[in-house]
This record gives sequence, C-alpha cells and structure tokens, in this order.
Amino acid sequence: MAKLLEGLMTLVRTSAGHAALLLGGLAVLTATVAGCGGDSASAGGNTLSLVAYSTPREAYEEIIPAFQDTPAGEGVDFDQSYAASGEQSRGVEAGLAADVVAFSLEPDISRLIDADMVASDWNKGPHKGMVTDSVVVFAVRPGNPENIQTWDDLLREGIEVITPNPFTSGGAQWNIMAAYGAQLELGKSEEEAVDYLKDLFVNHVPVQDKSAREALQTFVAGKGDVMLAYENEAIFAKQAGQPIEYVVPDQTILIENPVAVTSTSKNKVAAQAFVDFLYTPEAQRIFGENGYRPVVEDVLGEFDYPTPPNLFTIDDLGGWPDVRSRFFDREESIFLDIENELGVPTE
Amino acid sequence: MRAGGLSLGISTVYLSLIVLLPIAAVVAASLEGGLAAFWDEVSSPPAVAALKLTFVISLLVVLANTVTGTLTAWVLVRDDFRGKSAVNALIDLPFALPTIVAGLTLLAIYGPKSPVGVDVAYTRTAIALALLFVTLPFVVRAVQPVLMELDREMEQAAASLGASPVTTFRRIILPNLMPAVLSGAALSFGKAVGEFGSVILISGNIPFDTEVASVHIFKAIESDDQEAAAAVSVVLLLLSLFVLIGADILERRSRRHDA
Repeated sequence: MAKLLEGLMTLVRTSAGHAALLLGGLAVLTATVAGCGGDSASAGGNTLSLVAYSTPREAYEEIIPAFQDTPAGEGVDFDQSYAASGEQSRGVEAGLAADVVAFSLEPDISRLIDADMVASDWNKGPHKGMVTDSVVVFAVRPGNPENIQTWDDLLREGIEVITPNPFTSGGAQWNIMAAYGAQLELGKSEEEAVDYLKDLFVNHVPVQDKSAREALQTFVAGKGDVMLAYENEAIFAKQAGQPIEYVVPDQTILIENPVAVTSTSKNKVAAQAFVDFLYTPEAQRIFGENGYRPVVEDVLGEFDYPTPPNLFTIDDLGGWPDVRSRFFDREESIFLDIENELGVPTE
Repeated sequence: MRAGGLSLGISTVYLSLIVLLPIAAVVAASLEGGLAAFWDEVSSPPAVAALKLTFVISLLVVLANTVTGTLTAWVLVRDDFRGKSAVNALIDLPFALPTIVAGLTLLAIYGPKSPVGVDVAYTRTAIALALLFVTLPFVVRAVQPVLMELDREMEQAAASLGASPVTTFRRIILPNLMPAVLSGAALSFGKAVGEFGSVILISGNIPFDTEVASVHIFKAIESDDQEAAAAVSVVLLLLSLFVLIGADILERRSRRHDA
C-alpha cells in the first residue's frame, strides 16, 4: 500500500509539480481520519445506539418506548440504524457506533467477536443470545394455485422458486440450510441433499436477488410460483396487504436471531438493561405480534405458531462455522460448485 | 501566473483526496495477496463471465446512446416544438432519480406485470434497458452546447457552394460535434460498467447469464472477500481508463482534422 501510494505520488509530482501541496493534503486527510476514530466507539451520554438488521424495525419501534417507560429505561435516548445484517455488522467492525447490535444470524456477531468488539461469552444467557426465532416457509400466491406443500413440490416440472443468493444475503443461507436439512430429515444422504440443492438452483431458481426484501419485491412483481422466506417476513408481507399466503413445511429449520451488547459500548449498564428488557414478556409479546416467534416459552404459548413435526436447528447441521466453510466459502464450497454448474451450458 | 500555480495546486490536492487516494486504496487492496492471487480472482469463470457481459452490454449501450443522444440534442437545438423546454428538463431526470428507484420503475413497466405487455425482466435485454436509462443524459448534454455554438453560416456557406445536406452534415457538422460525442460516449461507458442500483433488481443476477460485474463485486464483499471485490473493481477501472484514454486520443485527432 505504502509503495503504491509513493508511486502514485511520484506520478503526480512529475506531472503537476505540486508534491508539497499533495503531501500537505494527505497529512490533513490522515489527521481527519485519525480524529474520526476517537469518538467512534459509542455515542456516550444517556443515548444508546441500536444497530440492527432491517426486518425487526417495526417491533423495535414499539419496544423502545415500552423500555423507556420502565425505571431502567427512563431518560435513555436511542439512535437507531436499520440495514442489511451483513452490512451493519461490517459497519460496526469498521467503526460505526453501536451499544446494542441485533443481527439476522450468528456469524454477523462472530465477526465482531473476532474484532474484539463483542465479548466471547455473549451467549451465556438462558436463551444463548438469541432474542427471536422464526422458521423458513414457502410463500405462495393466494389460494396456493400450484398446491405447494412439500420440498419435493419445489422440484416439480415448471415450478419457479424465488430465493436470494446466499453469497449476497447472509439471511438466504437459512433458506439453503432449510432445504438441505429437510432432505436429511426425509432420510436422504448428504450427497442426495446436495443434489437436491443443485437441481433446485440449476433448474428452478430463475432470479437470485441480493436480499430477502428484494426477493419479496420480485415475487410480488409477479415472478415465480413460490418464494423461500422467513415466516416473519411472510407475516409482515401479509400484514402489509401483499397478496401472499404461506405454507409451513413439515421439515424446516429454526431461524435464530442474535442480539448482543458491544464491549466497546460506553453505556454498558443501560445497554445491558435494554437487552434484558428484550426478554421480558412485554417485549417478547411485541416481537410475537410482529411475526417473530418469541424465545420465551410462556410467551410463545400465547401465540398459535404451528410447530413443524421435523424442526431442526443450525447446530443439528454442524453449527454456523462448519456450515459456512462447507457450504458458503468463496474459494471452495458446495454452493460455489452449484453456481459454477450454472456456467456449464454457456461455456 | 501565480494564480495559475495556486489553482493547479488546489485542484491537484482536491483530486488526490477525492479520487486518487480512494482509487489507490482499491488497487492496493486488490494486490494484498500478490499478483497471482489477483489473477486467480479476475480469471475465475464467474468473474470472467460477469466482466465479459458488462463490457459487451456497456459497449452496445454506448453505441445506441451515441446515435440517439446526438439525435436528441439535434432536435432540442435545431427544432422548435411545443413543450420543448419540458423535454429539455426531462433529459436530466435519470441523474436525479435514485438508481434503485429507476430499477424498481423499470421492473414495474417491463416486468411480469407489465402494463404495456413487454416482459423482459431478468434477461440481458433488461440490463441494457436499465443502462440506457441511467446513461441517457451524457451524450445529449455533451453535444447540446456545442451544437448551440456551432456557426450556422458554415453550413450555409457549404450549401451555397453546392454541398448536399448529407455532405454538409458529414463534412461540416459531424467533425465539429465529434469531440463532444466522444466525451459523452466515454462518460456513458464509465457509468455503465460500474452501474449497480438500477441493474440489481431487474437483472435476475444469475451467474454466467445475467450477473454483471458490479453485482459480482457486491457478492464478494458480502462474503467478506474484499480482495476479490477489489480485484474485479480494478479490472473495471482499467477498462474505463482505456476507453477514456481512447476517446481522448480520438478526440484530439478529430480536433486536428478539424483544424
């Protein structure tokens, strides 16, 4: 890097003859960047920065005022930021101020543990750091005209399946693992389960959007017969009046969404109080009303979320670190092979 | 002369901070794993497919823009019609519209629920449409002022000397417009190869088929493979650089020809 900059500067020096000014400018820039670094850890004062993925926004907008009505939350202000989970995680890693982070999947927390920004014992609590659950479902057109009920139905001749690409959307990795794990639940071998994914992606997925929200956009725009979606997203779309129904397959994965206090927070007491509040019946109920499955048993019982007979978790498939390297590594992995298979006919 | 030195200095620093430094950082990041790793990234089959697709579609789009953009500028300068100023204002809208909105709009109009009965969504045609939309203003806005300044007496002189309208256009007007057309075309190309927002919704992003380079890069970033992202970006930068330099050379040549 230094060598390269030097080379470029030489280029500028010879062509313009104003190296001194350029160097001065660089010094100013360096100073500015360094200055920015100083206050990037936390907003401080009595303000909490919540950095979250996009979908629970509506829930948090109800939960935050409820928290502010409690003694622990009195006088605590919130800065809220919502965007794609991976982007938010990378943002915090790069210096975006955050006291509490809420992501759609655990690897986005792991990134911050590696960066020493979240304590490695973040998941020691009774709910292992997970604040909401959901499941992967089949979203279908009103009346389910293609009568999609099972994973096998997705591979029927002419059926188009919409799912985001798992390399661009961490969340889409839940979909892939649901499809894969379902095959294992159905008694297939690992090899057969991989063949299922291959068939699905090569012959039935006509569009690979970059995120779940865009996949929903594509589906609502009229493309596809079925969309792999999270139950909470499907409920959200229904509540928003989109013409969508959904089927919970008998075999599916339990989606678990983590939340954590950052170790860089300057307001840890309030941040921890907020995270603790998320597990109270009141907050869990709000999550439940917004389409998420509460993690607290008693509250979950208040809702009639169906329990699929063969519900499995990511740990049943080896856990995220293992799944990530086996399925979604960009150098060598099962899903990379599937993508390359798409290139065979055109080459 | 002192003022000249100062302004040169300011622009050098400014360009360094705003353009050169970030680009240098991208180049540096792409070479972090060495040249061999760089080559591995840019020569992987999906990367090559994405780059090829991006290059060819951008080139076609620029060709189309060059013709229609020049024509549009001509109509706006030389013709008089009702609503001309409205049309004139319309030209810049693709710049003002957030590209993601452009993509959404195109999807609504040319997608599965098309009100005009044209469904090209998730095909290469859709990518071309999106790129045509976002690059429209470049050639028009480059040619328009030159056309306005063009001395019409030259054309009248040519006509009075017996030149046909076609000859007048070819020998008088076109050479004068050429530099502007070329710079507009080069800018269009630069914008087209890097375009992301308007393409992402409508292209379908299928590797080897409709995945353009910017989407390929985005994928690498989302998979925490910044080196791959930087490497493919550098190829895009080089492509644009070659085209910009090529246009510049052609531009000089046509100027010399003109003189």
